[in-house]
Amino acid sequence: MAICVDIKKRIGEFSLDVQFASESKRIGILGASGCGKSMTLKSIAGIEEPDEGKIRIDERVLFDSRKRINIKPQKRQVGYLFQNYALFPTMTVEQNIAAGLAGNKDEKAEKVREMIKKFRIAGLEKRFPGELSGGQQQRVALARIMAYEPAVILLDEPYSALDMFLRDRLQQELLHMLEDYEGTIIMVSHNRDEIYRFSDDLLIMENGRAETFGNSREIFADPGNKAAARLTGCKNISKAELVDAHHLKATDFGLVIHVEREIPRDTAYIGFRAHDFIPVWGERRDNCMKVKIASEAELPFEKQYYLEPDEEAAENEEKEPVCWFVQREMLKELEEKGMPDYVEFAQEKLLFLKS
Amino acid sequence: MEEIMEILQKLDWSPLIISLKTGVVATIISFFLGIYAARKVIKAGPRVKAVADGILTLPMVLPPTVAGFFLLLLFSRRRPLGIFLYENFDIKIVQTWLGCIIAATVIAFPLMYRNARAAFEQVDVNLVYAGRTLGMSEIAIFWKVVVPTAGPGIISGTILTFARAMGEYGATSMLAGNIPGKTGTISQRIAMVIQDGDYLTAGVWVVIVMLIAFAVIFLMNLISGKKMKHIKRW
Repeated sequence: MAICVDIKKRIGEFSLDVQFASESKRIGILGASGCGKSMTLKSIAGIEEPDEGKIRIDERVLFDSRKRINIKPQKRQVGYLFQNYALFPTMTVEQNIAAGLAGNKDEKAEKVREMIKKFRIAGLEKRFPGELSGGQQQRVALARIMAYEPAVILLDEPYSALDMFLRDRLQQELLHMLEDYEGTIIMVSHNRDEIYRFSDDLLIMENGRAETFGNSREIFADPGNKAAARLTGCKNISKAELVDAHHLKATDFGLVIHVEREIPRDTAYIGFRAHDFIPVWGERRDNCMKVKIASEAELPFEKQYYLEPDEEAAENEEKEPVCWFVQREMLKELEEKGMPDYVEFAQEKLLFLKS
Repeated sequence: MEEIMEILQKLDWSPLIISLKTGVVATIISFFLGIYAARKVIKAGPRVKAVADGILTLPMVLPPTVAGFFLLLLFSRRRPLGIFLYENFDIKIVQTWLGCIIAATVIAFPLMYRNARAAFEQVDVNLVYAGRTLGMSEIAIFWKVVVPTAGPGIISGTILTFARAMGEYGATSMLAGNIPGKTGTISQRIAMVIQDGDYLTAGVWVVIVMLIAFAVIFLMNLISGKKMKHIKRW
């Protein structure tokens, strides 16, 4: 199974320009709201028509502007799980599942029975969507899609309207139900945890453009550019001026950073994740920043410190504070030893970013 | 009291039958045409939408006599369309029950169209998209998903259309005239007996009309009330 997307579309001021090709079965699309994620999914499903480009699943061409091919959504075999599930409100659970099925009455009934069993919705057959809980609605929506045997399933921020607890549970359930699904699944989200859990391949989008595409774990480990770093949750990003092959000036942190390995020449920014700092008591070491707390916030399982950048940086216009998030083990250490004098930017955790 | 009983006994019930028949037929025509037009307009681009919406709503805004004037111009047997219909199909519109239906349909149609359109616009567009990705045909999506979901709005539109069609006076009197037993509707009968100074007979008809009106309103509240259970009281 391989999916290949290369599309362009203009809508007023916004322009979408996305291309990716993947043989992976679990693809994630990560981006802020309004970046064109949903538009990309809708184009694959055939709900939106791109201005130009190509969409292919294996050897099947779904869309090709040059050859004037635009397969109807009805014929694409692409299932779409909508944010609000889009169950038909005037149909019962049974009727919803049977809605798109072809074949005679007995075949349909058989398929519906199979889905009801598989997705554990027995007993709810005669209910209307309005009478179901969120989890039940999700199962019905999925059963309805699966009954139709799609080659690709698109998940459009499936849990966006839920509280965190439910969200986690529903996601687990969804992934579990989709485990033995043979086809490709593409999930769109602005939540990096969800995407990290779910996807093998990852597409990062910003302002309608595909910024990065590749293996998810690798992108999280080394985002490569500023947009990807930010979307994968990197809190501290500074402009970087290269001094030499082993030194760079992080202007927003007010710090010259020394690196053992060679710094890539096209580094324009440097990123550092808020959880990766090492506290240092006493003597200042290499790559250390003085701890001056601008503000702090206490969360159930961690403490978040916002540090003022070093003096030199303060001269540069307004500076964002540097985020340092401290979790349990280290929090205990801080309680015993008191606040550290410095925090160290651990070399191996530095992210070198292109612009 | 005795006088009223006497009137009721001697009453010519034909206006009630004609009005009900006209109302039913005009409503059925408006129902399908209105839904069809609403669907077309929703799918159209913004410019076509504005023009089409204006034309389709016009009969509701114009005085019925003006609409009647245009209908006469169109269907008169001295005009091309009127001549064509009579010579080829032996169809007479002016001064016939067919005229009643056409007049009532033209006047009542915008109510159906506008209510249907408003109801369709409330339907979550994702339902349509979902139907498409599930392989449902456009027609199936429309009749099985969109229309039922827009149900309450469409039903109240239908009832309003029926009420308006049944009570139509201005355009009907111009196109179909007031021929007792043929095109004489309740509204026209009331106007006629008032001219004769027969207020008692007029009153009887007024009561009948009010009863029908109450029944219509009651029916509407019953239907919309069912769907509005979740709305909190003020």
